[in-house]
Amino acid sequence: MELTHMTAAELSAALTAGQVSATEVTQAHLDRIAAVDERVHAFLHVAADSALAQAADVDERRRTGAPLGPLAGVPVAVKDVFATAGLPTTCGSRILDGWRPPYDATITQRLKGAGAIILGKTNMDEFAMGSSTENSAFGPSHNPWDLTKIPGGSSGGSAAAVAAYEAPLSIGTDTGGSIRQPAAVCGIVGTKPTYGGSSRYGVVAFASSLDTPGPFGRTVLDTALLHEAISGYDPMDSTSIDAPVPPVLAAARQADVSGMRIGVVTELGGEGYQPGVLSRFAEAVELLESLGAKVTEVSCPHFKYALPAYYLIAPSECSSNLARFDAMRYGLRVGDDGTRDAEEVMALTRAQGFGAEVKRRIILGAYALSSGYYDAYYGKAQQVRTLIIRDFDAAFSQVDVLVSPATPTTAFGIGERADDPMAMYLADLCTIPSDLAGNAAISVPCGLAPEDGLPVGLQVMAPALADDRLYRVAAAAEAALVGQWGQPLLAGAKGLSS
Amino acid sequence: MPITRDEVAHLARLSRIALSDAELDHLAPQLDQIITAVAQVQEVAAEGIPPTSHATGLTNVFRDDEPRPCLSPAEALAAAPAVEQQRFRVPRILGED
Amino acid sequence: MTTPDTLVPFAEAMERYEPVIGLETHVELGTRTKMFCGCGTAFGAEPNSQVCPVCLGLPGSLPVVNRNAIEYAIRIGLALNCSIAPWGRFARKNYFYPDMPKNFQISQYDEPLCVDGWLEVLVETGHGEHRTVRVGIERVHLEEDTGKSLHVGGATGRIHGADYSLVDYNRAGIPLVEIVTKTIEGTGADAPVVARTYVTELRDLIRSLGVSDVRMEEGSLRCDVNTSLSPRGSGVWGTRTETKNVNSLRSVERAVQFEIERQAAVLDGGGRIVQETRHFHEDTGTTTAGRSKEEAQDYRYFPEPDLVPIAPSADWVEQIRAALPEAPAARRARLQAEWALSEADMTALRNADALDLVAETVAAGASPADARKWWLGELARRANEAATGLDELAITPADVARVAALVATGALNDKLARQVIDGVLAGEGAPDEVVAARGLAVVSDDGALTAAVDEAIAANPDVAARIREGKVNAAGVLVGAVMKATRGQADAARVRELILARLS
Repeated sequence: MELTHMTAAELSAALTAGQVSATEVTQAHLDRIAAVDERVHAFLHVAADSALAQAADVDERRRTGAPLGPLAGVPVAVKDVFATAGLPTTCGSRILDGWRPPYDATITQRLKGAGAIILGKTNMDEFAMGSSTENSAFGPSHNPWDLTKIPGGSSGGSAAAVAAYEAPLSIGTDTGGSIRQPAAVCGIVGTKPTYGGSSRYGVVAFASSLDTPGPFGRTVLDTALLHEAISGYDPMDSTSIDAPVPPVLAAARQADVSGMRIGVVTELGGEGYQPGVLSRFAEAVELLESLGAKVTEVSCPHFKYALPAYYLIAPSECSSNLARFDAMRYGLRVGDDGTRDAEEVMALTRAQGFGAEVKRRIILGAYALSSGYYDAYYGKAQQVRTLIIRDFDAAFSQVDVLVSPATPTTAFGIGERADDPMAMYLADLCTIPSDLAGNAAISVPCGLAPEDGLPVGLQVMAPALADDRLYRVAAAAEAALVGQWGQPLLAGAKGLSS
Repeated sequence: MPITRDEVAHLARLSRIALSDAELDHLAPQLDQIITAVAQVQEVAAEGIPPTSHATGLTNVFRDDEPRPCLSPAEALAAAPAVEQQRFRVPRILGED
Repeated sequence: MTTPDTLVPFAEAMERYEPVIGLETHVELGTRTKMFCGCGTAFGAEPNSQVCPVCLGLPGSLPVVNRNAIEYAIRIGLALNCSIAPWGRFARKNYFYPDMPKNFQISQYDEPLCVDGWLEVLVETGHGEHRTVRVGIERVHLEEDTGKSLHVGGATGRIHGADYSLVDYNRAGIPLVEIVTKTIEGTGADAPVVARTYVTELRDLIRSLGVSDVRMEEGSLRCDVNTSLSPRGSGVWGTRTETKNVNSLRSVERAVQFEIERQAAVLDGGGRIVQETRHFHEDTGTTTAGRSKEEAQDYRYFPEPDLVPIAPSADWVEQIRAALPEAPAARRARLQAEWALSEADMTALRNADALDLVAETVAAGASPADARKWWLGELARRANEAATGLDELAITPADVARVAALVATGALNDKLARQVIDGVLAGEGAPDEVVAARGLAVVSDDGALTAAVDEAIAANPDVAARIREGKVNAAGVLVGAVMKATRGQADAARVRELILARLS
């Protein structure tokens, strides 16, 4: 089998057994990128030299018998929102074009510490705002299933890279669904860990109280491997939870749902959802029931306010987080010809450096926080957030996990919703509630929609710090489904995915 | 009408973004539409419901008052658009207060 | 060039108006590291050499609260008799300015750490009179400091007329405590001196807590003064102005006085006071209006999402309270009683900045009277000559106590003691070393003295004759001669005895 079509777990075993070297594995993936990325555009920067240097280092350590973890020599693609010392970090924005951070994000350090090979930085919606990567200043990424379709967003590049076999693993961030939605539309697995379960130090902030770094993989086991490697307490992040990482790897291997109580969220379905998505979802639920789970319907009445609450809280926080991009210390500087003062240079730079969606959200955020409007908008949204958390608490007192489709529709066409913000926002309908509550959630492929033959994702949601439950359910579903299909979903794709 | 073109212009200035007239024409109606939609939160009865600003429930996260390695001046200034006398050179600032 | 303000002379202004003042003081905490990161806080480092991703606000960086900063702020709050909030959050204050790396300041808005306290100050109102004023404290909260800019190209190095600026972020992120008083009313003509005394007292209190060296001249203590006037008997509050750039205790007093005189003139002329920020000028003792802004600042405060709430436990607060040192006012009262001093004596000590030095000298064994005599006398004179503070002289309280002890035992007289002090100040060593090296011990050995006495008698026969006749007072001349001959090292009293014995 081609190295690029092996799972991370398989690569890890082969590397450990000495059947293949990290250098060979890395080179194979760099070749794959060279072959397909012109069409996929998953990567903004391919770090070939440093990747090969990392691989050589791993090979050397293995040769000398140094102890190596499971990810040593396994390639990973990193969303361009993570600070990687010495490598460009643009966040998909012109305002940071060319910026090379003088420091590594904690997660970057953990990947390096694990011996993972960082292949490069992946494309994303500018500053993580979007659901399609069409907001990237450097052009969209393309869904490997159908290059005319969006790969989801904001971590679209990371999802596309894995789905196109350019990397077995990648990391992204999830604020309103930016890992789960791309995973769903690209037919791969993606997890939003518990908020605070993975360090935000070095993750360029979009919405501080929502941003959660997380893993992508083609299988549930691979995703669990990466989840464990990047998670855990970080003293550099005040919102980091000082508790052991939930046993996600063990749960992924256990893959047994008998006796588990599963709740189907009433409010996450019905009108506005693509029929094929709903039917694949329903079949997945029946399947889980046949595997021994107890399935009930659960109502979370405030979930319908999750979208408006999110589109008040996130822009408010980002309007403040993005204020630092002012041309004074790094990044783009426009108009400094000696005739203009600092404020003018700031305003010109930000006008040129930020795209339309970023500008919309900054202004929206400034509005929601301004005196006179704070109580009715931002304040109210935070109260709604409390009510959503209570809905989850009530639900989880009756069931172990909740399920829903990961997205209302399959991948839409590039350009279809580009200048229709409201339509674009709807892509996050199912994913937003977990972000507001800080809970854990996963999307795992559950089939292709009959209408268009595009992937559908099953979303599983668990309480905070119960990430392992996600992997138990997802692994069980995956095993049963792959059993039905005879092969992984991705293997049946035409075009680039195979 | 939750938001007027003038208000959008004011907020853009507050946010230090020099929007062109064309952009203003384009963004203002979109923002109006968005704000109308998000105003939905006001429908929710929330008397006595405390707002959630932090989801984790953590409190009292501190670090010890111990020095940690910092950046060298070269590293700190490496990405600066302009440097003079080991400082960040910025265009003239109009007095703040 | 703006026309100078018309002023109403202070006394006249007081006839028609009641001043109301308020003070906002920022204190730089003396923690080892910054508020939210582990960068050093030492003063005077090379530009941009004490910065990291956090205090530079680099994309992706996150703040983590310095525990000592919280403790120091609680100490200040307790010393000011405040209640400590059991739960509170930091907030973002959003505005753009190049010396603020994130273009928001992490501060506290509606949930300050300490609230509702007071500080009693003893104000010298002139003619030796005093009054006690209880200044209410509204709040004490924590925030981070900004970087510092150099303005290049203008005439004065100030912002107006500059071509560009150079920013150093070493001070960005230094922990600041902001202390806001409640409005201070009913001070009448004493308003300016009340303001100065409050700041002085606050400074001394904070210094005694060991949380900051609170030096106004170094910027670790900064003061903004709010002033408004209410027409007497109207019961109507005036509009207040905020005066910044008040960099010394004297400036606090002058700024209040000037604003009162200026505002009185405006109101007398039928004008309105503009609510604005004004800038104090050291050289002229005047205030001028800051840059007028078309729109008032909307800081869009919201709870800082990158930091979790601060909830100091009752135990922790009590621990801090139990460890508080004696408050300066209480200490002064105690020492005043112990040393049996008058109010005036005590004030003299404080004004000379000699209180701590005297206390340490007493602790080292000197009597309060001796300690005061040396520090307020000879040493104050020497400090004046050298244009330094008393505490900068190269002599320690222990040294002074030793000199006093030597005088008390007769080993030195006052004149010799002054020479010993010269030696210590000149760096020749400790008092005993100076005595030995310079041979300054009082000579009490009768043998040595007798020779000198005989010489003096022989050299002044007519004086000697008068003494023999009974004019004992004339002995002084001979004593003087012996003292001169022994370079002042003779024990004068013993010399006199010997002379009289010789000539009787």
